[in-house]
Amino acid sequence: MNAEMQPLTARIRPGQVIDLRAYENAGGYQALRAVLGKREPASVRETVQAAKLSGRGGAGFNTGLKWSFVPVDEKDGPHYLVCNCDEMEPGTFKDRLLVEHDPHQLIEGMVLSAYAICAEVAYIFIRGEYHAGIQALRQALAEATASGLLGANILNSGFSLQIHLHPSAGRYICGEETALISALEGRRAVPRAKPPFPQRSGLWGRPTVVNNVETLCNVPHILRNGVDWYLSLSRSDAHGGTKIYGVSGRVCTPGAWEMPLGVSAREVIEGRAGGMRAGVQLRGFLPGGASTDFLTTEHLDVPLTYEAVSKAGSRLGTGTMILLDDQTSVVGMLRNLEHFFAQESCGWCTPCRDGLPWIESMLGDLLAGRGQHGDLQVLEEYCVTLGPGKTFCAHAPGAVEPLQSALRYFRADFEALIPQADLIGSGA
Amino acid sequence: MVRIQVDGQSHEVEAGGNVLEACLELGYDLPYFCWHPALGSVGACRQCAVIQLPDQSEQPGRIVMGCMTPVQDGMRLSLQAEPAVAFREQVVELLMTNHPHDCPVCEEGGECHLQDMTLMTGHHTRRYRGRKRTHRNQDLGPFINHEMNRCIACYRCTRFYRDYAGGTDLQVQASANRVYFGRAEEGALENHFSGNLVEVCPTGVFTDRVFSAHYARKWDLQTSPSICMHCSLGCNVTPGERAGSLRRVQNRYHAAINGYFLCDRGRYGWQHVQTGARLRNVRKKQDGVWQDVPAETAFAGLPGPRKLLGIGSPRASVEANFALRELVGAESFSMGVSRRERAVLRVCWEILRNTAARVVSLREIEQADAVLVLGEDLAHSAPRMALSVRQATRNAGFARADAAGIPRWQDQSVRTHAQNERSPLLVAHTYETELDSIATASLQADPGQIENIARAIAHKLDRRARKGPRLDGAAGAFVQAAVQAFSGARSPVVICGTSLRSENLLEACANIAHGLQARGTQVGLAMVMQECNSLAAAMLGGTSLEAIAEQAADATLLVLENDLYRRMPPERVQDLLHNADEVIVFDHLQTATVQAADRAVPVAAFGEGDGSYVNQEGRAQRAFQVFLPAAPIRESWRWLADLARALNLRDRVPWTRQDQVVEACAERLPAFSRLPEAAPDATFRMHGQRIPRQPHRYSGRTALHAGRSVHEPQPPLDPDTPLSWSMEGWAGQRPPALIASTWSPGWNSVQSWNKFQDEIGGSLRGGDSGVRLLSGGESDAAWYAYGDAPDQPAAGLWIVARPDLFSAEELSAQGDAIRQRQIPPHCALHPEDAGALGLQDTDLVNVTLADGSVCQLPLRLTGRVAPGVACVPLDAERAHWDLPARGQVRALGAQR
Repeated sequence: MNAEMQPLTARIRPGQVIDLRAYENAGGYQALRAVLGKREPASVRETVQAAKLSGRGGAGFNTGLKWSFVPVDEKDGPHYLVCNCDEMEPGTFKDRLLVEHDPHQLIEGMVLSAYAICAEVAYIFIRGEYHAGIQALRQALAEATASGLLGANILNSGFSLQIHLHPSAGRYICGEETALISALEGRRAVPRAKPPFPQRSGLWGRPTVVNNVETLCNVPHILRNGVDWYLSLSRSDAHGGTKIYGVSGRVCTPGAWEMPLGVSAREVIEGRAGGMRAGVQLRGFLPGGASTDFLTTEHLDVPLTYEAVSKAGSRLGTGTMILLDDQTSVVGMLRNLEHFFAQESCGWCTPCRDGLPWIESMLGDLLAGRGQHGDLQVLEEYCVTLGPGKTFCAHAPGAVEPLQSALRYFRADFEALIPQADLIGSGA
Repeated sequence: MVRIQVDGQSHEVEAGGNVLEACLELGYDLPYFCWHPALGSVGACRQCAVIQLPDQSEQPGRIVMGCMTPVQDGMRLSLQAEPAVAFREQVVELLMTNHPHDCPVCEEGGECHLQDMTLMTGHHTRRYRGRKRTHRNQDLGPFINHEMNRCIACYRCTRFYRDYAGGTDLQVQASANRVYFGRAEEGALENHFSGNLVEVCPTGVFTDRVFSAHYARKWDLQTSPSICMHCSLGCNVTPGERAGSLRRVQNRYHAAINGYFLCDRGRYGWQHVQTGARLRNVRKKQDGVWQDVPAETAFAGLPGPRKLLGIGSPRASVEANFALRELVGAESFSMGVSRRERAVLRVCWEILRNTAARVVSLREIEQADAVLVLGEDLAHSAPRMALSVRQATRNAGFARADAAGIPRWQDQSVRTHAQNERSPLLVAHTYETELDSIATASLQADPGQIENIARAIAHKLDRRARKGPRLDGAAGAFVQAAVQAFSGARSPVVICGTSLRSENLLEACANIAHGLQARGTQVGLAMVMQECNSLAAAMLGGTSLEAIAEQAADATLLVLENDLYRRMPPERVQDLLHNADEVIVFDHLQTATVQAADRAVPVAAFGEGDGSYVNQEGRAQRAFQVFLPAAPIRESWRWLADLARALNLRDRVPWTRQDQVVEACAERLPAFSRLPEAAPDATFRMHGQRIPRQPHRYSGRTALHAGRSVHEPQPPLDPDTPLSWSMEGWAGQRPPALIASTWSPGWNSVQSWNKFQDEIGGSLRGGDSGVRLLSGGESDAAWYAYGDAPDQPAAGLWIVARPDLFSAEELSAQGDAIRQRQIPPHCALHPEDAGALGLQDTDLVNVTLADGSVCQLPLRLTGRVAPGVACVPLDAERAHWDLPARGQVRALGAQR
C-alpha cells in the first residue's frame, strides 16, 4: 500500500481501528495544525476548489464550489457542516470502510471543512446499522476532544467545532441531503424543495453544507500535500484525486479499492476483483450503485469518470458496481431493486410513491407468468414519467435508471416472460 | 406586473406569484391537489405540471410544476402541450391505483375535487392490475369520518391541521405508499378547527360526520348565504337544507373575515335547529298549563297598550331588535344584558366609533407584525380570530424568507427557513390560553393586574395616557416586553374584549392603540364581544335588564330571543317576570324564560329567517333564509308587526317586508344608516332573474312531496330577498353577499372559490360583502381617563369565567355532536392557593360569590391559572354569574 497513491485507505488494515496515536504517527492532524488559525477560510476553500475535489456521494459536484455558496460574509448566526454517512445505496460500502477503520481521517476532514465554511457545529449522520462505525467514531471523537483537536478553541486557533454523531433511524431517503436535514431536525425524512439550497437555508434554516464521508476524507490530504499532487492522482482532467471503487456480484474477490479516479471498469472488475467466477459470464453492470443505468460488456473500457460514464449512458454515482451475470434473472434482479426503491420512497410525491409500487407489481407479474402484451410499453412510459424533473427529488429517477436501461439492453429477457398466448392473442 | 404567454396567449400577471396561481387567476383549468390557496405550495402531488418553453426557440421545453415555479417576465408556458397533458393524466392514473371506485357510496361524491381533477385530466381507463392497498380507519370523534382507503396523500390535512392550525394529534405516519394520516390512537380530534379537514381534503377521507347522519348530495341541498351565530366575528357560512331539515354548515369564503376556514363551533353549532327543544307553536299558559293555540290568536285578549316593555337580545337580528325597540319605545327597551355587560358593550361601541386606530378585520390581524392580547382567551371567545393571530406570528418568519429570496407561497421552504422565528405575540389573561404556547411573552394575572398592565403599557408608550400603579416582577417584565415589541412594529394590533367585564381595561387598551397611533404606526384595534349581535345591541342602545326590572310592575313584557336566566340570577329573573302583568317570549327554543312566560311565540331559528348582524369590527352582514320553516314559525319582527296591530299600534311596526325594516332602521338610527348596503335588496336581479337557492341539478322537485300530493307545488315567492325558492334563475357570477355555494363548469367542490376571485386568496369579485358601519376614527380622539386603579386585593379569590368553545355559547352547546366534545365542568385553581386553603386536586368544592351565587365543582389544580384566581366554566349553569367577582372556594369533602 502506498500512502502517496492511496491517501484515503493506505493505513487501513482489516480488523483494526486506527486510533489517534496511530493516525498522528502516520501524519494525521498535520493539515489541521497547519491550517487552523494560520490560513484564511477563503484560502482553504480556494485550494479545495482548485484541487477539483468533487462530491463522492454520487453527484460529482466540485466541493470547493459548493462551499463557496455559503454566505460566510453575512454571518448572523450559526453555519452547519453535515457529514452524510447514511450509506444505504445497495451495493455500496465504501464509506463504511473509511469510518470503521480510520475515523480520525474523517474528523480531521470535518474540522478543516467546517473551518472553510465558518461552521461551529457539525453533525455526522450515520447509517444506524453501522454499529462498528458508530463505535469507532464515538471513540475517535472522544480522543480528538480530549486532545484539543476538537471542541472549543482547537489548538488555541480561536476556532471551535462541536461534532455530534447522529445514528439514523434508517431510511434510504436520508441519503438525499435535504431529507437528511429534515431527519436531523426531527421531522419526517422528506426532501425539501430546491431552491433554496442548503448552503443558504439548510439545517434549522441556517447555511449548511452536506458532504459525503469520502469527500471529507480527501480534504486533509489536499491541504497537506497540495493541489498539484492531488491533481496528479487522477486520470481525469476535470476531477482530482483517487476514488474508492467497489464491486459486488459473482466475481472472484468482491471488495472496494482506492484507485486513481478514471480507471476503467475492466481494471476494477478484472484487475482488482479478479474477474468473474468460473462458469459465470458478465452481462452488464450498474456502475455506481443500484440507482444507475446498466452498462454492458461493451463499456468495460470506459474510464470511470463522471463525464465518461455519463456519456456512456449511466452515472458514476458512488463508484461501487453491481454486476449482472448470465446466471441471474434480469427481471428478477430488477424486481428486487424496484421493491427496495418502492419501499424506500418517502411517500411525498405521487409518481414515486404510487409509480414504483406499480412498476414492482408489473415486474412481479412478468416473473409469475402473468405478464401481458403492452406491459413493457407501460414500463417504458413510466420510466419517463418517473424521470428527472418530474418528481420531487432524485429518488424515483434513480430508481428507474436500471429499469429503463435493462429494457434497452435486455429486452428479450422481458419479452420471454410474457406468455405466448398473450402475445398471439393480442396479435403481436 | 409581468407578461407571460400561455399556449400562445399573452397575459399580464402579478409579479412574485407562481405559475399555478397565475393560471387559475387567468381562468385556466389547471388541476392540482396539494396546493391550497391558504396553505401555499409544496410540490408534492405533481398534478399541476405544465411545459415551460425556452425563450422564443421552438424546442419542446420541459415539464415544471406550476405551483413551484415563479412567474417571470417573458415566460412561455403551455398547458396543452402533449407531454404535459399526458403527464397530468398519468399522475391521476397513479393516484387511482389505490383510490377505491366507491364514488356512489362516498359522501364526497358530487363535490369531490378528485373527481373534478380526474375528469379534467381525461383519465378514464384503468391499466393497473394489482391489489389496492387498504388501511384501517379511526374513530376521530363526533365531527369527522375517516376513510383512509380514499387517501391520495396530498398532505393537505396535516399541513392544515399542524402547520396552519397548530394541532398536534393528527400526523403523517408510515411511509412510501403506506403513508397514513391519522392519530396515534383513536379518539376525537382535539384541534378546534378539525372540521376544516372536510373541506381541505380533496377527496372523501375526512367527511362531515354530522352530515353523514342525515346525508344529501351537494346538488340536492338548498343553500343561502348566511352568517355564523355563535360568536361575535360574523364568519360567513353556507347552511344546506333538504326536505325541511338543516343538514350541514360549510365555510363561505370571505376574504376579510373567515377566509377558507371555520372553527368547529361554527361548523357544527347548528344542530339546535334540528334537535334542540324547539318551540314550534304559539303557546299560552292557562291556569298554569301550556296549551298550543292557533297562530291568529297569539295576541288575543291582551290587556292593551297601557305599558309595554321590551327586552331585546344580542343574539337576535338587528331587524328583530329594532322592531321591538320601535314597538315599545326607546325608553322602555332593554339591550337584554346585565348592567355590567351593558356598560362594557357601550364602552366598546364608544371606543370603536371614536378610535384613531383601524378597527381591524381578521385578515388585517393576520398581517400584523406584533399582537397584544389582554384579558381574552381568543381560542374560546373568538376562535377564528385565534387562528388569525396564529398566522400573524408567522410574519417575522416571512420577513426572514423574504430576505433569503424565498417566495412566501413556497410553504415548506418558508417554514423550514423560518423555523421557530415568530413575530411578537403577547398574551396576558387570568389563565394560560392556547395562544400562549406560541406567544413571545405570556402572563397569568388576576383581572385587576391585567387592567394595571394595560394602563402601564399605555403610559409607557405615551406619557399622556393616565399612569397606573407601578408594576414589577413578572407584570413589569411583561409591560417591558410589550413596549419593546411595539417599538419595532409597523402594524401592531391590540386585542381586548368584554370577557373580563372591565371598562377600565377596554379604555386602557384604547389608549395603548392611541399611543401607538401617535407614534406613527398603522395600529389596529380589535374588541371581542360575546354574541353575534353584541355590537348591534350596543349601537341600538337601551337599558340594562336591572333597569327594566325596576319598571316591570303591571307591564306587558316582551322578551325577544333571550333566555334571561343566562343573564341574571334566577331570583331576580323570577321577580321581573312575576312583577310584569303579562310576559310574552319570542324564541325558537323552549328556554327557561319561555317556560316562565304567559305566552310563547315560535320564531325563526338559524337558517329559518332573514336578518342582519353586526360583527365585532362593525361590519353589518345579511344572513339569508335557507328554508321555509313549518308554519307558524316566522321572523320575530313579523310577529311584532302582528302584535302591534293587535295593540292598535300598527304605525309603530308597519312593515311587511324585510327591506322596509332595514330602511326604517337606517332612517331612524344614524349608526345604522348604511345598513341597507349590507346586501342587495329584494328588487335586485341579475339579468332580470332571481338567484336560485337550489342548484341547477337539484333532484326530486316533483317527487319530494309526492307522499302528500302528486301536484308540483308552485315555488313560494320570496318578498324579502332577491333569492328564489327554486332551481330557476341566474347561476352565474353575482354579488358576493348572494353567493352561497360555489359551482363552476368542471369545479363542483369547495375548491371552486378561485372561480369567484380575481386574485387567489383575495376578495370575491365584487368586493368583500357586508358594510362597515364604523365610519373610521377621528385622528384627534381623546385619551381615556379611566377610573382609579383597582383596590389592593380584598379578601378571597377572584372568580373568573372560562368560556369553553363547546359549552359557553347558548345555542351551539345544545347540539348533540358538540355536546360530546364538552369537557366536564371543574374549578381550576393554582396549587399555591389550594395549599393555603387546604384544598387538594379532585376535591369537591363550593364556589361562592358575595352575591350569594354558589355552585359545586370538582377542583383541578393547575399552574396555568394565575395565583389568586379560580376559574369556573362559563356554561349554562353559570352563564348568569356576574364574573369576574370576588368569591370563595371551600372544601365540601374529598371526592371518592
